[in-house]
Amino acid sequence: MIKDLNKHFESRVRLGVMSILMVNDSVDFSTLKETLELTDGNLASHIAALEKNGYILVYKQFVGKKPKTTYEATKVGRDSFLAHLNALEFLLNMKK
Amino acid sequence: MNTNQHLENLSEIRNIMERSTKFISLSGLSGVSAGLIALIGSYIAYLKINRDKSGDEVILNITESTSKELFVLGIAILVLALIFGSLFTLIKAKKRADLTWNSTSKKLFINISIPLIAGGIFCLALMKYGMFGFIAPATLIFYGLGCINASHHTLSDIRYLGLFNLCLGLINLFFIGYGLLFWAFGFGVLHIVYGTIMYIKYDMKNV
Repeated sequence: MIKDLNKHFESRVRLGVMSILMVNDSVDFSTLKETLELTDGNLASHIAALEKNGYILVYKQFVGKKPKTTYEATKVGRDSFLAHLNALEFLLNMKK
Repeated sequence: MNTNQHLENLSEIRNIMERSTKFISLSGLSGVSAGLIALIGSYIAYLKINRDKSGDEVILNITESTSKELFVLGIAILVLALIFGSLFTLIKAKKRADLTWNSTSKKLFINISIPLIAGGIFCLALMKYGMFGFIAPATLIFYGLGCINASHHTLSDIRYLGLFNLCLGLINLFFIGYGLLFWAFGFGVLHIVYGTIMYIKYDMKNV
């Protein structure tokens, strides 16, 4: 079970991003930033890492002339995150 | 990572999931103020309707000028309730250092607005055909549906407020003529009860 603890989710920022994307279909950058109370740079680097691992999808569009980026969790991302949560719970129950 | 960190992580995940889907700064005082305004409004409406009444008739038979006055009164109640409702919620959001106009409050606003706007147009049609008796039940029914629809995007207790108002409106359909009484109970008393419960359950803890 411990092997299921996913190293990619060990940072609080990534946990936060995945938590939001688990319960929302599609979320834009500023909503992520406001909900998690982060700076642009910090959030962007973690998002890039999640994208690289195939856990989230990034959509870039233009609304008028403004670029708007939205994020979605992939199937792999959801499954991995759930496995990570289950592993966390399992560990906690074991130590009780 | 040790047990405490895992526990902290899990509770933070839960917190973030709730924060990112629900607007939880809705204040109980918003409900109480809306209820009080509705009760005062109902009393004014009662006075106006009684002025037209002759004898003991139950079925409303109001003059055109009174119906116009009632329409203005209804709009005034709505606007005042919205102003005071927003005010208390803004204050609560500020205390919690929460953003008031974010993606969750937008969702809440849109989802409660759809049934309310539909209901508003429906009532305008009822007025056009002079079916005043159906206006009170229609507002209760559509408002109830609005609350139920909004309950996914805020504290879920609002669902019960919606269900009670919906039932009240449906019962009222079979007792046309007592609309004002039902209306005062649904928008007045139920709002005050709901607001008070919410205030005790959530607001007092957070302040």
